[in-house]
Amino acid sequence: MAAFDEMNGIAGGTRDAYLRLKEWLDTSPADLMSLRRSQAELFFRRIGITFAVYGDEQSTERIIPFDIIPRVLTKPEWTRLEEGLVQRVTALNAFLKDIYGPRECVRAGVIPADLIDNNPGFRPEMVGFRPPHDIYVHIAGIDIVRVDAETFYVLEDNARTPSGVSYMLENREVMMRLFPELFRDHRIAPVDNYPDRLLQTLRSVAPRHAMAEPTCVLLTPGQYNSAFYEHSFLADKLGIELVEGSDLFVEDDIVYMRTTEGPQRVDVVYRRIDDEYLDPLAFNPDSVLGVAGLFGAYKAGNVTLANAVGTGVADDKAVYSYMPEIIRFFTGRDAILKNVPTYRCREKDALAYVLDNLNALVVKEVDGSGGYGMLVGPHATSRQIDDFRKRLRHEPNRFIAQPTLALSTCPTFVASGVAPRHVDLRPFVLSGSDRVRIVPGGLTRVALKEGSLVVNSSQGGGTKDTWVLDA
Amino acid sequence: MLSRTADNLYWVARYVERAEFLARIIDATARIATLPAAYGGQGSEWESALLTAGAADGFFRVYQDVNEKTVTDYLVFHPDNPSSIRNCLAIARNNARAVRTAVTGEMWETINGAWLELRKVEPASLGREELARFLEWVKNVSLTFDGSAYRTMLRNDAYWFTRLGACIERADNTARILDVKYHVLLPETEDVGGSLDYFQWATILRGVSALTSYHWVYRQSVKPWLVADLLILNRQMPRSLISSYETIVRFLDALGEAYGKVGQPHRIARNTLNALDTTVIDDVFQQGLHEFVTGFITDNNRLGKAIADHYLT
Repeated sequence: MAAFDEMNGIAGGTRDAYLRLKEWLDTSPADLMSLRRSQAELFFRRIGITFAVYGDEQSTERIIPFDIIPRVLTKPEWTRLEEGLVQRVTALNAFLKDIYGPRECVRAGVIPADLIDNNPGFRPEMVGFRPPHDIYVHIAGIDIVRVDAETFYVLEDNARTPSGVSYMLENREVMMRLFPELFRDHRIAPVDNYPDRLLQTLRSVAPRHAMAEPTCVLLTPGQYNSAFYEHSFLADKLGIELVEGSDLFVEDDIVYMRTTEGPQRVDVVYRRIDDEYLDPLAFNPDSVLGVAGLFGAYKAGNVTLANAVGTGVADDKAVYSYMPEIIRFFTGRDAILKNVPTYRCREKDALAYVLDNLNALVVKEVDGSGGYGMLVGPHATSRQIDDFRKRLRHEPNRFIAQPTLALSTCPTFVASGVAPRHVDLRPFVLSGSDRVRIVPGGLTRVALKEGSLVVNSSQGGGTKDTWVLDA
Repeated sequence: MLSRTADNLYWVARYVERAEFLARIIDATARIATLPAAYGGQGSEWESALLTAGAADGFFRVYQDVNEKTVTDYLVFHPDNPSSIRNCLAIARNNARAVRTAVTGEMWETINGAWLELRKVEPASLGREELARFLEWVKNVSLTFDGSAYRTMLRNDAYWFTRLGACIERADNTARILDVKYHVLLPETEDVGGSLDYFQWATILRGVSALTSYHWVYRQSVKPWLVADLLILNRQMPRSLISSYETIVRFLDALGEAYGKVGQPHRIARNTLNALDTTVIDDVFQQGLHEFVTGFITDNNRLGKAIADHYLT
C-alpha cells in the first residue's frame, strides 16, 4: 500500500507547496545539512528541552529527536482543517456540558448511557455542576492524520491535558535560527503568539466575580513529570507562576498560593495534573501531587480549572467513535473532519470482525494514551496478536479497533539519507469564554523507524516544524 | 514570588558556593599534604579537610583509612556523601531545573552544562593532575554561575535570595575553616611553634582564596592573628564573616523594603553584624577563638532557619 507523500504525492513529482523546499534540499551540500542537524540537537540539549520516558531507568531525560525538514500545509488545506477543528471542539464542549447536565444526547439516542456512566473518564462529582462560562475543554490537542491529497482524519481527541505545544514553538524557533533563508523565501504563518492566545483564553474563563486582573497559575506534577519542560516553558512565556501542589492551599473554599509576601489568591489553574491526582479529598486520597480542597473551591465557583474535571469522557476512544453523530447533534451539521472508521469491540458483530482480522487492524485501549498498550496488527508478532486476542475476549469494552491507515509520509533525515517517514499533526485548539483560537499549524510528529506508524515520543517518534503557507 | 521558588534559588546558590569551597579545601589540602613533615605537615591534613567539610561522620561509615585517595573520593564523588561536590552540583542543578524560569538562561546553561559535564567524569580515572584540573573546573563553574547571576539577573527578590543563599553558605564555610584550624591561629602572646606553621596558615588562606589578598591588606608576613582578623573582621575581604553579613543585611533590607515588612531574619542578621562591627581581634582571642567561632556558626544557622521560616515556606 503506497502512502501519500506530503512532498511528492502518490505518483511522484513535487507538490506545489514543496517546490522551493525540494530545491533547497537538492542543492544544499550534505555537510552543511549535517552541521545544521547537529546544531539543532545541541540547541535542544543546551536549553534543556527534554522529556522523560516512563519505565526507562537508563536515561530519565532524553531529547525528542527533531527533524529539520519541515512539513508544509497550504492555506486552503489549513482553512478547512481550522473550520473542522472549531466545529469539533465546539461540539466537544457542548457534549460535555450536556452529559454532566440534561443528557439530551443520551435521550435522543446519540450515544448509549452506559458508555458514559461506566466510562473511566466520567466524573459523577461533576454532574449538575456548571464550570465557569460552561467551558470544559479549554485546551484541546486534536490528532489528525492524512491519507491522500484530500482526506484528513481525526485520529484522537486529546481533551485532558494535551502536551507538545512547546515543541511546536521551539521547533519554529530553531528553524528560524538555523535556516533564515527558508523563511525569507516562504510566507510562513507565525506561531509565536500561541502563549499570548493561551493567556487570553485562561483569563477569559476566570470566575465571573474574579478581579479584573485574574491570577492564573500553571499546576505541574513537578520536575520528574515527562512534560515538565513544557510546563516550565509555558509558565515562563505566559508570565504566570509554575506551581506544584504544595505551593497551593485552600481556605474557606478559596485557593491561595504561598509566596514570599504571604498568601496570594488564585483565580485560574491551568492544571497539567490528571483528575485523579488533583485533590486527595475528592479523588485519589494517596495523591501528593494535588491540593486538598481544590475541588471544593472549584465546586464553590471560586476557581477555574483548565481543563475542567471529567473531560476524559470526551478523550475516550469508544466515545470518539460516536463523534460524527455527536457533532451532528450539537452543531446541526455534518462533521467537516472525518473520523477513522472504528470498530467498537463492545458490540458483538464488531468484536467478531476484529478477532478475525487482528493482523490487519490497529487495536487501542479506549482510555489509553501516549502510544502505550496498543496493537499494530501488520507489525505485530503472532504472540502479541494472541495476547491481544485474549485481552479482547476478556474485556471487549476496553478496546476499539481501526483499519491500518496509510498515513501520509514526509521526507525525513535518517541514517541512510533522506527517506519518507509517516507523520501526523496535532493542532492545539483554545476555547475561551469569548471565542475559539487556533494558531496555524501545530505539532507534526514523525515515526522515525522505517514503516512505523507510531509517532509518539515515548515510542521513538520525533517532531518537525509545521508550516502553513500564507500564499 | 512563590516561596518554593525563593527556596530553590536560595539553595542553588548555597550548593554552588559549597561545591566551590570543597574544591578549594581539597586543593589546599593536597598542597600541604605534599610537604615534608618538617614544613608543618602533621600527617592529619586529610582528616582536617574532612572536619572542615563537616563530613567526618559520614566518611567513617564508608572508609576506615584517611588518606588522599579516600578523602578526595568521599568529598568529590561519593554517592553516600550528600554534600560531595558531585551531589552539590547535581542538587543545585535540580533546584535550578525546578525553577528553570526564575534563573536566567546564562545561569541555567552554566549549571546544566556543569551537570552534563560532570556525568562524563570517571572518579577512578582521576590522577593527581586530572584532579587538580577538575577542581579548577569546579571553581570556574562557581565563578561563571556567580558572574552570570551578577550580570544577568534582574535586581529583584529573585536576585536577593540567591545572594542570601551564597553569603550564608560563605559565612558558614569561612567559620568552619576557622573552627577546625583555630589551634594554629593563636594570639601573639602565645608560643606559635615557630615559623614552620606558615604553611598551615597559608593553607587556611588558600582555602578561602585569600593568600594574595592577605599581603595586599596587611603588607607583612603571615601572622596567625592577622589571618583570623582577615577572615573575621576585615570588610575588604569578600569571604570574611563581616563582609558576608554586610551583604546579608543589605539584601534582607532590600527584601524588607520591597515587601513592606521586616521580621526575625532582619533582627538576627543586624545583631550579628553589629556584634562583628564592635569587635576587635583581641576581643576574639580573649573570648577564645573556638568559642567565638562556635557561637557564630550557631547564630548563622539560626539566621538560615529564620529566613526559611519567614520567606521560604
